[in-house]
Amino acid sequence: MTDSVASREDATDVEEVFREVYGHAVSTLVRIFGDITLAEDAVQDAFVVATNRWPREGIPPNPAGWIVTTARNRAVDQVRRLARGRELYLEVGAATASVHTGDALSGEDRKEDESVSDDQLRLIFTCCHPALRPEHQVALTLRLLGGLSVDEVASSFLVSEPAMAKRLVRAKYKIKAANIPYRVPSDADLPDRLQSVLSVVYLIYNTGANDPLRAALRGEATRLARSLGDLMPDEPEAVGLLALIVLSEARAQARLVDGAVVLLADQDRSTWDRSLIAEGQTIVRECIRRDRPGPFQLQAAIQAVHCDAQTFEATDWSQIVTLYDHLLLALPTPVVALNRAIALAEVEGPEAGLSAIVPLHIDLESYHLMHAARGTMLRLLGREGQALAAFDRAHQLAVTEADREFLLEQSQALR
Amino acid sequence: MSQYLLSVYTAEGQEHREPPTQEQMQQMMEGITTLEADMKSSGTFVFSARLHGSDAATVVRSGDGGPIVTDGPFVESKEHIAGFYIINADDLDAALAWADKVVNTIGAPIEVWPFVDTQSS
Repeated sequence: MTDSVASREDATDVEEVFREVYGHAVSTLVRIFGDITLAEDAVQDAFVVATNRWPREGIPPNPAGWIVTTARNRAVDQVRRLARGRELYLEVGAATASVHTGDALSGEDRKEDESVSDDQLRLIFTCCHPALRPEHQVALTLRLLGGLSVDEVASSFLVSEPAMAKRLVRAKYKIKAANIPYRVPSDADLPDRLQSVLSVVYLIYNTGANDPLRAALRGEATRLARSLGDLMPDEPEAVGLLALIVLSEARAQARLVDGAVVLLADQDRSTWDRSLIAEGQTIVRECIRRDRPGPFQLQAAIQAVHCDAQTFEATDWSQIVTLYDHLLLALPTPVVALNRAIALAEVEGPEAGLSAIVPLHIDLESYHLMHAARGTMLRLLGREGQALAAFDRAHQLAVTEADREFLLEQSQALR
Repeated sequence: MSQYLLSVYTAEGQEHREPPTQEQMQQMMEGITTLEADMKSSGTFVFSARLHGSDAATVVRSGDGGPIVTDGPFVESKEHIAGFYIINADDLDAALAWADKVVNTIGAPIEVWPFVDTQSS
């Protein structure tokens, strides 16, 4: 009995280690061998060896180094087996001369850490290359850097496992066939390319934030945002995204209680995570000092204003409207305009909010939150019939169970 | 090092638009000359050609009694290939940078196709 409990705990530990070191190991192997599939297979093999050995012999002091070394040896064997790999093998021989073996890491951990971060940065730029479809970028990033299994990636995006496996194979095929480089882009390309990386990470975060069933994606995105922030501390938008995610994460528990949506006005602010808020606000202040604003920094600043308020009533809404004005210039999308209209309604009243939404009706017809916002404003104006219609429409369009539940309650209260 | 086909597309019917002035033509030709000189001096250039319009294309299929020859491209489409470059480039990013230069010079969109590398695959 105790034995089986112990081994189950070990198995969990081993799994956790895998998840943590997967992106690191794959990135390093990709740098050495220049081939994603080879890297993935070798890391997978190393995990199989570890699954057999670690529960008996204990987890090694440097599990990541152990996995990388074992995987590298596997990959070298694999390359040796392929007659055509001869040339590559010679190249790898030269490259690995400068790579540590996992057991000899201790003295130079820091140096190794740095090169590992660089490897991960290179690989995320490859995964988010604009020549790949956006849905492929997201899937590759989660698989290769987040260490999610194909099945986990598939269920995160509500597609079947075979469909997701096919998507990943196609994306990897294109990287190889078109020779998409493993490289941090040149300065000239960096702003655009970074934008694409940051958008992928934010999309991953939002996918997790919008659906309690996929909450694990929030953790993955936070981890990715942290490493991007660490790796590129001089890129204001990279740290801006980190601030935005950290400030959203601070309130994630309060937004969803027992799987039900809780509006900002009704949230228990004592459950907000003060240390995450402090971290996010410090970054936002740094961004303001740096004065190179961009969409992620502005969105983070808006979240920072919300986090500043002790109560919903104490929110500095006119400051928020001003920030949305700036954001609309940097990111002129209908969704941003909708959020500005919602803030405007708090400053100037629901009538003003409704008029600001009118020009968005066509663009956002299929977006449930546009109808929900209209419903809320119409209800405040006492136009209950119209409010009911708006909430009904929002309910029809909502994607997640939690949102549907919430919107249904709004409709029912008006009937 | 990889090889890429940069295929230049043209939309059929574009001829009915305002034709370029003599001066614009001159400017474009000069741009192309400079671009190709850059491609050659950097070891990028492999080959390039311009093609006649789709009215000049012919399809050949194999039939029971020998080849079947018909007029026109396979698919009647508004857009067709008008010319191409074959270039050497270190990787896709390098190829895309050249593609961008071609697009800016000729003012038409292009597709970038990697060659199958018969040496290593």
